[in-house]
Amino acid sequence: MVEKVRVRATLNGEPVDFLVAPYVSLLDTLRDELGLTGTKEGCNDGNCGACTVNLDGRIVDSCCVLGAEIDGSTVETIEGMAEPGQLHPLQQAFLEEAALQCGICTPGFLISAKALLEKDPHPSEHDIRFWLAGNLCRCTGYDKIVKAVQKVADSA
Amino acid sequence: MTTETTKGKYNVIGTRPIRHDGYDKVTGRAIYGADVKLPGLLQGAVLRSPHAHANLKSIDTSAAKALPGVHAVVTHHDFPAAEANLVDLGEGAVNFKHASNNVMAEDKVLYKGHPVAAVAAVDKNTALEAAALIKVVYEVLTPVTDVMEALKPGAPILHADLEGQNLGEKIDGQTNQANHIRHEFGDIDAGFAEADLVVEREFTTSMVHQGYIEPHNATATWDEENRVTIWTSTQGSFPTRRQVAGVLRMPDSQVKVIPLEIGGGFGGKIPSYLEPVAAILSRESGRPVKLLMERSSVFEATGPTPGSWMTAKVGVKKDGTITAAHTDIRFEAGAYPGSPVGAAMMCVFSCYDIPNTRIDGYDVVVNRPKTAAYRAPGTTQAAFAMETVIDEIIEELGMDPIEFRIKNASKEGTRRADGPIHPIIGNIETLEAAKASDHWNTPLEKNGPDGILRGRGVASGYWFNIGLKSAVTISVNEDGTVALTEGSTDIGGSRASISMMAAEVLGIPVEDVRPHVADTEGIGYTDVTGGSRTTYATGYASHDAAQDVVSQLRERAAKLWDVDTDEVEFSNGNYQSKSDPELKLSHKELSSKLGSTGGPVVGSASVDPEGAGGAFSTQIADVEIDPETGKTDVVRYTIVQDVGTAIHPAYVEGQMQGAVVQGIGWALNEEYFLNDDGAMVNSSFLDYRMPTTYDLPPIETVIVEVPNPGHPFGVRGVGEVPIVPPVATIANAIHDALGIRLRESPMNAGRIRKALEEKG
Repeated sequence: MVEKVRVRATLNGEPVDFLVAPYVSLLDTLRDELGLTGTKEGCNDGNCGACTVNLDGRIVDSCCVLGAEIDGSTVETIEGMAEPGQLHPLQQAFLEEAALQCGICTPGFLISAKALLEKDPHPSEHDIRFWLAGNLCRCTGYDKIVKAVQKVADSA
Repeated sequence: MTTETTKGKYNVIGTRPIRHDGYDKVTGRAIYGADVKLPGLLQGAVLRSPHAHANLKSIDTSAAKALPGVHAVVTHHDFPAAEANLVDLGEGAVNFKHASNNVMAEDKVLYKGHPVAAVAAVDKNTALEAAALIKVVYEVLTPVTDVMEALKPGAPILHADLEGQNLGEKIDGQTNQANHIRHEFGDIDAGFAEADLVVEREFTTSMVHQGYIEPHNATATWDEENRVTIWTSTQGSFPTRRQVAGVLRMPDSQVKVIPLEIGGGFGGKIPSYLEPVAAILSRESGRPVKLLMERSSVFEATGPTPGSWMTAKVGVKKDGTITAAHTDIRFEAGAYPGSPVGAAMMCVFSCYDIPNTRIDGYDVVVNRPKTAAYRAPGTTQAAFAMETVIDEIIEELGMDPIEFRIKNASKEGTRRADGPIHPIIGNIETLEAAKASDHWNTPLEKNGPDGILRGRGVASGYWFNIGLKSAVTISVNEDGTVALTEGSTDIGGSRASISMMAAEVLGIPVEDVRPHVADTEGIGYTDVTGGSRTTYATGYASHDAAQDVVSQLRERAAKLWDVDTDEVEFSNGNYQSKSDPELKLSHKELSSKLGSTGGPVVGSASVDPEGAGGAFSTQIADVEIDPETGKTDVVRYTIVQDVGTAIHPAYVEGQMQGAVVQGIGWALNEEYFLNDDGAMVNSSFLDYRMPTTYDLPPIETVIVEVPNPGHPFGVRGVGEVPIVPPVATIANAIHDALGIRLRESPMNAGRIRKALEEKG
């Protein structure tokens, strides 16, 4: 057995301190070690965006980052997107605009879209489409996802 | 046109409430199959064939079994002997011999990715390490992966014991042709003789995948009573139960399937792949076992839709009347028989009223994964052939594409080429709405900047929709809310539409209905979420169960008021006495009195409705093509579709938009690339590139409502027909832009460049 690595990080605003084998991805660390299953696996090779999380202000595919790499970092997942008991405006807009069907890609889209609006509160439709091109959705045809993000941007 | 609309007719139906399961899905709380955790859970891995066609000579699992942390290693020896037995699963039938051999190869592997062994271990890495220690000896055989090659004499044979059929006769000797069937109507030769113009063309399409984002998964326990419990993402808990029980050779009642949230299916999560394997691993290890499929195996080993070879031949008179049509549709079934060629044959001519038709269909096995249903299975391919030939005829005749289709449109009473008579349908209403659409009435400038060429295409499609079995129960809570239990797994918001129909009947807000998808021991038999049947049939059961509640609540009111039940009227959520206006209780008030009038009220219904009613869609696409690179961009797209009654219009639009974008990927980019050894070489989302936000324009929708008389609220299935026209629509748009006809999909940049070079 490979020796586990100690990792201390900030996860959804709370300090975490855990051991993880050095070969385990951040995706599996979140899901299996830390019990946060809201981050989803779609491909495990960085091509679908379902496992998108925010790592130190950048969005990353958590399947392509090792759990051990987040030592000292700040990570935000879908579970930390809004204050407890509340919805982020993007979550509310996704519900109102029917921007999800099966919902498996939804956490990744929400994390990506939030990062976009933090960078640029008033993106154009083109900006939204360009930014979200790293997240695959097979159900919606994206129309309602783009409109939901646009709605939040317009009301900001 | 008198397009009837449901606007204003209902209180709940036609509104756009937030779906009940939405909160869990935007917060990450929703539990999908891969999220299941159980005490003592082992992780599994499946060893798969690297060869597309080989005899399985021997499997040595001793080194794998000896690895510390490994709890079970299984091969086909651990499965019950497979039995040939055909069972209908709703959207397609399954032969258990084939289903069993597909989940674990017995004596041959028939495609790259075919499972040959499986491991359960303490963690994923140990399971993978053990799988790599299994020694398999293969005798590699020549693969055949193309439908026309597989039909040639002397082609490599997949199944020595396949009893091929040709027009009802058993084929002598070995063959890859599982079946050749034919529908014939009228006098095909006389029909073509009558025509002033006959166009006949040949088409091919590549195999494509449904592309759901969630990979297959299954978790199983095998307990001391030999009862199997399965947690999985499936389009149908009961059909999964039947498949697992069939492969494990046990009664259905020994298997319990607990459906989790499902991350897309589109037909591909009807077949069971991992469930029986997880069950056998649990039996051998005595522990719960979870199997998660990797994305490459989703491509290599689960349900794509067939690649095809097709011809379409259509004859018309000078005035545009179609006199005859013939098509020959040959589908790659994959490793085992059962392509959707039958469905393609039911739909291919059904937009039109054609007096003389012949339809030939071939189901052919090839060394590719066994195909599964994919959204209006087989019909996108067939419409590509038919609607492209129709477009060519329209061009020759100099007619308007929509007027030509209206002139020849099927309508109520038209006989479909495969036999049934169309009931009330919205084909003409859909075409009229397309003609009136903003898109159709906005001229397109054919020449863009920098040499860009633009074109507009139109095509239509039909899908028959299905009914099948659904059960719903509704329990009334004392606070007036109701708990609705159904068996249809919810892929795209069906909890909402099914709850809305109950709310409409009960006269309560939809938020007062709490829907729940039950496991196979919590509700009556319910067929798959497929065939565009869920809002139709489970909605039908929801309506009937709600009516059962109303009927029981009328009895309770009668008891309270000491009057005959006939004295109690129900309207708009209120129960009142016919004779005494003082005696009136709302649903909520009456619900609070159930405890004193006989206890809880539970309404239930089980249905198997036959009036699904077909659906039609006509679509318009504008494309921009750079002739230098051959790159095609879809810049405007409008879907016009008859949906019967739009229960939740936002999710109806979502079905239309999602289907069309899958169709755009199919038309322009998606395909299976196989190497000379028959192995798929693009089994990742990087190399099998599906459309992204950046590849697409907004997708416009026009909902037409011609209520279906076969449903209490007029519902028609909406999920499948929108994927029928897109490939043809884009082919016709490309022709409009470039003056070339592509008859091979995908119509990618390379093919467009080649066609332009040939044109000169």
